[in-house]
Parts: sequence; structure tokens; C-alpha cells
Amino acid sequence: MKKLKQLLAVALTMVMALAVGPLFAQGQQVLTGTVQGMTKSAIPIAVVPFAQSGGSPLPTDMADVMRNDFNRCGKFRSLEKSEIVEQPSQGADIKFATWRLLKQDYITVGRISDAGGGMLKVDYELWDVNRQQSLLAQSLTAPAGDLRGVAHQIADQVYEKITGVRGAFWTRIAYVTAVGTGNNSVYSLIVADSDGYNPQVVARSKESLLSPKWSPDGSKIAYVSFESGNSNIYIQDITTGSRQLVSARSKGINGAPAWSPDGGRLALALSYTGSLQIYSMSLGSRDETRLTNSPGSINTEPVWSPDGQSIYFTSDRSGQPQVYQMPSSGGSAQRISFEGKNNAEPNVSFDSKQIAMVQGSGNVYRIAIMDRSLGGQIRYISPGPTDESPSFAPNASMLLYAAIEGSRGVLYSVSADGKVRQRLGLAQGDVREPAWGPYRQR
Amino acid sequence: MNKTARVAMVALLCVGAAACNKKEVKPPQAQGVDNGPTTTQPTDNGSGKYQLGDLERDACLRQRVVYFDFDKTEIKPEFQAIMACHAKYLQDRPTSQARLEGNTDERGTREYNLGLGERRANAVSSALQAAGGSASQINVISYGKEKPVCREHNEDCWSKNRRVEIVYTAE
Repeated sequence: MKKLKQLLAVALTMVMALAVGPLFAQGQQVLTGTVQGMTKSAIPIAVVPFAQSGGSPLPTDMADVMRNDFNRCGKFRSLEKSEIVEQPSQGADIKFATWRLLKQDYITVGRISDAGGGMLKVDYELWDVNRQQSLLAQSLTAPAGDLRGVAHQIADQVYEKITGVRGAFWTRIAYVTAVGTGNNSVYSLIVADSDGYNPQVVARSKESLLSPKWSPDGSKIAYVSFESGNSNIYIQDITTGSRQLVSARSKGINGAPAWSPDGGRLALALSYTGSLQIYSMSLGSRDETRLTNSPGSINTEPVWSPDGQSIYFTSDRSGQPQVYQMPSSGGSAQRISFEGKNNAEPNVSFDSKQIAMVQGSGNVYRIAIMDRSLGGQIRYISPGPTDESPSFAPNASMLLYAAIEGSRGVLYSVSADGKVRQRLGLAQGDVREPAWGPYRQR
Repeated sequence: MNKTARVAMVALLCVGAAACNKKEVKPPQAQGVDNGPTTTQPTDNGSGKYQLGDLERDACLRQRVVYFDFDKTEIKPEFQAIMACHAKYLQDRPTSQARLEGNTDERGTREYNLGLGERRANAVSSALQAAGGSASQINVISYGKEKPVCREHNEDCWSKNRRVEIVYTAE
């Protein structure tokens, strides 16, 4: 608790409104919010606006997209646009003394030109300000409508060059929105860019939708829908829109889908035997194998380890819900969570080193990360009191989680150290059940 | 809007939003069944059995929500009378069907709460069967924390959401 207070105090004294989200895009409400908090170790980087040669003004300020990416990830601190006093568009034009004076370690410059046929050519360079050394110089061609995507890809390249870790800005997220109450409720499963832009409705229902989970190749989403009365599991192809009903036992719960890393199996929680147990279903044959056997207890929220060997899940076999680990073929489970009163909804980082979970103590539910590379040391990355659904970015640099503020459901993206967070909310309605998608293939 | 109208409106809003005045809100309890069997008598036509229409007439049968303590699935003593009259109704009307809808408060994760809601509905199902209801007349469904009746973040509200609703799909 003391640690949390310290963290909050630091966050409060350092709160900075670094970037403001958009208002609307494509009719669907866009998640908006400001980035808060900062880390002392954040690397200063100047992202100079891209020069444009000819043509009408572009709808996207690519530098702005990149600045927001850098700021919300927690590892960087990008110079505010108003402080960018010079506008070089290529390395030869950079006056390094200026940027040294502004205490910048890195600078990116770039230019956009017409490549014909509705395509744009984007050149960019990354320079080390102190060494006056070029680190990256690349050229991308993309449709004019995809400049946000290009900006995220450049931010990923820059992130990787400086940190040595693959960037995850050019990824997508899924979440559920709930607008209206009672008989007027509309639930939507949405897919959007990692920063909340370009939201697309994947599924809509008058009854609750929950637990969206990305297939490892990012082409499909498995989720739970109450649209036909009981909870059923569907898999939806997000490019074609086609949908399969995967589990719809009329007796009991059909819930908590989770893809195996090879995409061939789905773990799920079913209660047709009388208690909620975890099964593994082959998506080819639809054969189910029961993995847990603890009658009377709740076993749910399975998630596969990245190597496919283990499944982590929530079980209350010891009284309170706790996180367990078992072989993915079933067998004896080992309890791995011991702090707080209860723990649930595990999510595993790509390297298996970190396991995020919802930890409850009293009426406060926060996101805790157990670092197995540090002997199971726990750190808290959210303040509570009603936080849930942690979901790692594919490079584990950030997470998404759901929170309730006032009477509204909102999402937060947070740096993995918990120090920088961006609230992502709708102008109207609730947002919940975030799921960070895998890396995209160019 | 004059003052009286405004006061009236606030009063009406308070009826809807159960947690308007936190001090006066009491945890939900079974009502109208304090006298036990005397209020659960069927509208007798001589047979001593419940009839079609009794679901709306009978003081006990009209009670169709069972409330639970936090993280608990035990049926509290004050709801035993309700279990008894609904079990008798199911017995007296073999063609009737009841759906037991399990619900939880907002604390804890969604999927875990689906399990918890089901466990509560199963507890009601067992109680109805123990009192003479038939398993074939009962369906169990869990909504977890997806269908709250109260949306404030306090114990008054949570206690209203931790419930099993008895819904007759055939009377």
C-alpha cells in the first residue's frame, strides 16, 4: 500500500497532459484520452513535422501520431510540437546545436511526396543528436489513407533502434463497448489501432459480449456472446466478417476462450457437467479434452504459455480464486499466486517472464504483475478499485486494462512499469474487455 | 418547474435509483413471508394445490428474487419460505418451467463471476429440488455481473445485484 501511495504521489506531481486523442473517425466513437505521468529515465526525442512536397494538405499529422506513441509507452518523452523551433526535413538540414540546447537525445525528420496512383512515399531519418550520427534512413510507400499506419511503423522502427526491443505501436486492439441500459443496450465488439483510432465494429449484440481473444495470426477473434440467451463462444474472421459458432452447449456456461499459440486449439470453460471446468478443443475436429478435474470448484480464464506447454487459469479450489498453472494436456495444477486475498484472469508476456493478473484485497481490485524472472516479485501497475482484464502488448512494454471511473467503464494503456498511463474512454457509454492483438505482418 | 414538482421528481428518481439515500437503504430481504405457511396458502379451490394465476396472486410466489451474501452461495434462512412455495408450485403444476438466473456484484472478473452466478443458481435449483421440484422443470443460467439491477459502487448496491431471479418460462 505504501508503494502504491508513493507511486500515486509521483504520478500526481508529474502529471502532464502530453497528448490529446481525436474526436471522431468513421462514425464509430473513438476512444479519447490524455497521457499522464512520466518516468525520469524517459528518453527525450524530437519528432519534427514531416515536410510535404506539393498536393493538398494531408488529413494526418504523422509526427503527432509518433509523438503520442512515444509518450504513452513510457520509454520516451517527445518534445512538444510548440517547442519544435526548426523544421528540418532531412539530416543535412539538422542544426544539432539547437536540439542539444533543447536537451534532445534523438531527432527524427522526414518528408512526404506523391508516388502516383494514390500512393505516398514517406522518407524518414533518425539521428543521434549528441553524436550527430544517422541511425536510420528509410523509405516507405503506402496508400494516402494509411498514414497513421505508416507513422506507427516508423515509430516501431525508431523504438527498436533505440531500445533494442521490437516496437508494438503498429498493432491492433479489441474491446467491447456498451451503450444504453436495459432493453436499449447495444454491445459492440470493436477492433481499432493500438492508439484507439480507426475503430471498426466486428460484432454487435443486444446482449452482453465478453472475453474477446485474438488468434495468434491476428485474423480472427474468439469471444463470448449472450445474444441467443445463454453464453456461447463464436470465432469471427475480422477480414471477411464470417462467423462460426464454436461452443453452444445448452446446459451451463460456454466461456473464456483462449487460443493455443499455434492457433490449432481453443481452451475454454464449460459447466455442462455441473461445475465450471477447463477444456481444450481442437479447432479442426472440434474434439474436446477435459483438462481440469476439480468438481465443485470454478475453473476458468485459461491462457496458454507462449511455448504452448502450459495453461494458466483461475480456480477457487483452495477457497478463494487464485492463479494456477497446469500442463496444456491437463494433469496436476500448481498454484502460483499467493499475494493479496485473491487473484484471477492471468495474462502472460511473450517471453513468459511476466504474468499479469487481477489481484483483489478487500474491495480493491488492481492489476498486479508477477515477475518470474525476479523470483515471483509482484508489482502493481494500476490503482484500482475495480480494475480487470490485463492484456500485454506483444512486446510486453505496455498493457491494456479495464477500469471503472464514476459509473463509466474505461480502458487504460499503461507502461509495463506502471508509471505512464493513458485513459481511453468513450464520450458516451462503457468500454471494457480490452485485448491487445499480435504483431501485424507487412 | 415549481418546487413541489421538483421535490416530487427527486422522490420519483429515488424510487428508481435504489441507492439515492444510502442511510435509508436496507439490504434486500424477503418480504411478506414472515408468517410462513399462512401467506403461502394456494388460492384454494378445495384441492390445496397452486393454480394457474397464483404466480401473480400469491404473496409468496410473487417473491422471485433470492439474495446472497458476498462471495457466498448458501441460501439464507429468510428465503427458505420462498424456496418452499416455488417448489410446491413446480410440484402442483408439472407443466410449469422455471429459469434460474444467477447474478453477482461487480467485484471480481467477468468470467469468474459467470461461475459464481451459476453456483448461486445451482444452489437455488438444489433447494427447489430438495423441496419437491423436479429437475426437468428447472433451467439454470448465469449472467455473472453482466446484468446488474443497481449500478452504484457500494455495498447497498452490491447486495441487490447478488441474486438469483426465478423466471417462469411456462406457468
